[in-house]
Amino acid sequence: MEGLTLSDAEQKYYSDLFSYCDIESTKKVSANGRVLELFRAAQLPNDVVLQIMQLCGAKRLGYFGRSQFYIALKLVAVAQSGFPLRVESINTVKDLPLPRFVASKNEQESRHAASYSSDSENQGSYSGVIPPPPGRGQVKKGSISHDTVQPRTSADQQEPASPVVSPQQSPPASPHTWRKHSRHPSGGNSERPLAGPGPFWAPFGEAQSGSSAGDAVWSGHSPPPPQENWVSFADTPPTSTLLTMHPASVQDQTTVRTVASATTANEIRRQSSSYDDPWKITDEQRQYYVNQFKTIQPDLNGFIPGSAAKEFFTKSKLPILELSHIWELSDFDKDGALTLDEFCAAFHLVVARKNGYDLPEKLPESLMPKLIDLEDSADVGDQPGEVGYSGSPAEAPPSKSPSMPSLNQTWPELNQSSEDTAIVHPVPIRMTPSKIHMQEMELKRTGSDHANPTSPLLVKTSDLSEENKINSSVKFASGNTVDGYSSSDSFTSDPEQIGNNVTRQRSHSGTSPDNTAPPPPPPRPQPSHSRSSSLDMNRTFSVTTGQQQAGVVAQPPAVPPRPQPSQAPGPVVHRPVDADGLITHTSTSPQQIPEQPNFADFSQFEVFAASNVNEEQDDEAEKHPEVLPVEKASDPASSLRVAKTDSKMEEKTAASAPANVSKGTTPLAPPPKPVRRRLKSEDELRPEVDEHTQKTGVLAAVLASQPSIPRSVGKDKKAIQASIRRNKETNTVLARLNSELQQQLKDVLEERISLEVQLEQLRPFSHL
Amino acid sequence: MAVCVAVIAKENYPLYIRSVPTESELKFHYMVHTSLDVVDEKISAMGKALVDQRELYLGLLYPTEDYKVYGYVTNSKVKFVMVVDSSNTALRDNEIRSMFRKLHNSYTDVMCNPFYNPGDRIQSRAFDSMVTSMMVQVC
Repeated sequence: MEGLTLSDAEQKYYSDLFSYCDIESTKKVSANGRVLELFRAAQLPNDVVLQIMQLCGAKRLGYFGRSQFYIALKLVAVAQSGFPLRVESINTVKDLPLPRFVASKNEQESRHAASYSSDSENQGSYSGVIPPPPGRGQVKKGSISHDTVQPRTSADQQEPASPVVSPQQSPPASPHTWRKHSRHPSGGNSERPLAGPGPFWAPFGEAQSGSSAGDAVWSGHSPPPPQENWVSFADTPPTSTLLTMHPASVQDQTTVRTVASATTANEIRRQSSSYDDPWKITDEQRQYYVNQFKTIQPDLNGFIPGSAAKEFFTKSKLPILELSHIWELSDFDKDGALTLDEFCAAFHLVVARKNGYDLPEKLPESLMPKLIDLEDSADVGDQPGEVGYSGSPAEAPPSKSPSMPSLNQTWPELNQSSEDTAIVHPVPIRMTPSKIHMQEMELKRTGSDHANPTSPLLVKTSDLSEENKINSSVKFASGNTVDGYSSSDSFTSDPEQIGNNVTRQRSHSGTSPDNTAPPPPPPRPQPSHSRSSSLDMNRTFSVTTGQQQAGVVAQPPAVPPRPQPSQAPGPVVHRPVDADGLITHTSTSPQQIPEQPNFADFSQFEVFAASNVNEEQDDEAEKHPEVLPVEKASDPASSLRVAKTDSKMEEKTAASAPANVSKGTTPLAPPPKPVRRRLKSEDELRPEVDEHTQKTGVLAAVLASQPSIPRSVGKDKKAIQASIRRNKETNTVLARLNSELQQQLKDVLEERISLEVQLEQLRPFSHL
Repeated sequence: MAVCVAVIAKENYPLYIRSVPTESELKFHYMVHTSLDVVDEKISAMGKALVDQRELYLGLLYPTEDYKVYGYVTNSKVKFVMVVDSSNTALRDNEIRSMFRKLHNSYTDVMCNPFYNPGDRIQSRAFDSMVTSMMVQVC
């Protein structure tokens, strides 16, 4: 490094600066914040500053010796003049203006510069021989930490006059107010005597020094003063107001001094309490933040929408990326709006960032929304910028519970974990349709997080209903063995299936001896009996004719015995007219408990019909008068009876078929069928519905006279139809056969005739 | 564990793409790019039904011998594509779904940020850290 030639003015200026920077008066200026502040104030880009430092050798040295410092200052001047930074340019560039250091000191500097520039240029008094220094990095860090300490501790008081001039510095050579807009170096300056806290900040500083060195410079700045600036920048262009502020402050050094002293005192106090939590918000800061919040959102419990917050924080001139990160940190509940706490946290982060603090990866605990107050909050300990969600604040959370952050943070995981467990949860699968059904339904349910909970349930219920229809008991057992998740399904299906079972049983019980007495229904042991006794069932049974099929459909699987075989036992049944018949009737009916209580009626009917064929009208006549008294008062019943008798009459008259069966079936042909069936249905309903008791009583009386053959109405109808079909087929076949035979007969007869003729023709010959 | 995660905007340009640092990163980029066709095909296939009835998880888009590509599309036609190592047989469909769900949640968080302009590249650190947690941990 060649020798530095300095003019006198430069020399004087530089020496002043050096003495300013040389805090410990060791003729060596460590690359601490003061120097960095100085360079910062030169308003040079970061890389230029770094380059300057490298060039001047302080990087190698690890500190700024006087020569390095002078070189650096010269380089600053070079850079500010727009010349490329070269080592040679130090001496080659002539008539360099003195390096300018910005902001508040501008006027001051200009004055100084003016005074200095009057001198003629001098040759440099020394040459720069710089021994290779130790690693600069650590020194830098140390300086950073030192810097960090000072401003941090000085930060906490509120200073109406933003620039603070250190009392130690001589007024003329005190271009300390390295002020850029929103910078507050002098707070750090005043902290010089309080170099003690330096070591405390070391870890914090080191943690922070990950950022560029330039940024670290600003760690020394306290938030409150920037707040003042923020007031300005929030409302008006910052620099102008700052500059206007500064001259006033600079002028009034005495007041500044007093403020500085107060600052010092405050800082000493603050220092002790806040050094362990760099992210703590002080009262003044908090108040300031709250006031700012109010300007946007008067209601302190309300939210600031994202767009308003965006505008507000954009004014801080931080890069959008950093603002975005700050937002991510501070919007705790991820709702796109800021509550008061969130807003304060965001503001604090922005302030810190402006001052050079690195943004943490996670929100520091002191900034978490649950915190109300700060000073008395439990210190989390030395976690410089990486305070996690550890510990708990001393104060009670205002609106958000302490568990909220963890809740919020783990909420997505919780969601997924629960879903995972639900999905992954092993569902015992058995290769039965019900199982697969259950599992499918479960997957549907868990898979659709956002889907309606009702829709899978609906699917489930439909599936269950299908299951019910298929087969109940077996599925029941299997369903119960499913894991708890689907067991609820099986449980819900239970009553339905039970109901079905009970219904069937009930229908059987319906034909129990109770049917004689209309009012009291048969005993209903099953709890779901009420369901089975629902009007639906009654209604289905009450519906006539075709509906009877539906009523029977309740017991679809069991196929009732065919009417023909049952007809055999049919006649066995006696036919007493009175209750005995009823009893027998009912006694037989329970035999077919399986599913077809109607069997009894139907078969009886058939027998009745059959017997009608055999019997004379007198029987019916007998029954009719019997029925009449039995019957309470039912015109329809009587009409039915009449109709029945008429049908019977028709049967008799129309009877031509030899077989009883056919006879029995024909009367059951469509025309009388409706009537008959209706009667039968009524008979069935008898035990279940009181209102039908009269008709059923009639029927019972009627049927009692008949041999009670267990039949089911539907079965008989079908059987009859089948038999009819068969008979018809047989008829046709026989008819065809008959015709063929006739034809053959004809042929044969013709042959015979022809043969006879021949014989006769031949007979005379035989005579011969 | 994914090998490559990509977030594609509606106009089919990448908002975020990150791979396990290997030398064949470009190959992953190509795979993601070609899988977009499959995604479009799948979206249009169920285009008859209403959008909200459409399932967001698209499933396996296409398998290669080394890798499998899974897709997921949001209701705003933002697509997530994930490339997974085929050798990782233990990776179940449900796990892939949960990974996509996490991606979706993080993506919505990014969108909620007023400083994020839709259409910008995603530079959120939180999103990065979440994706890192899903990526294969390459030492």
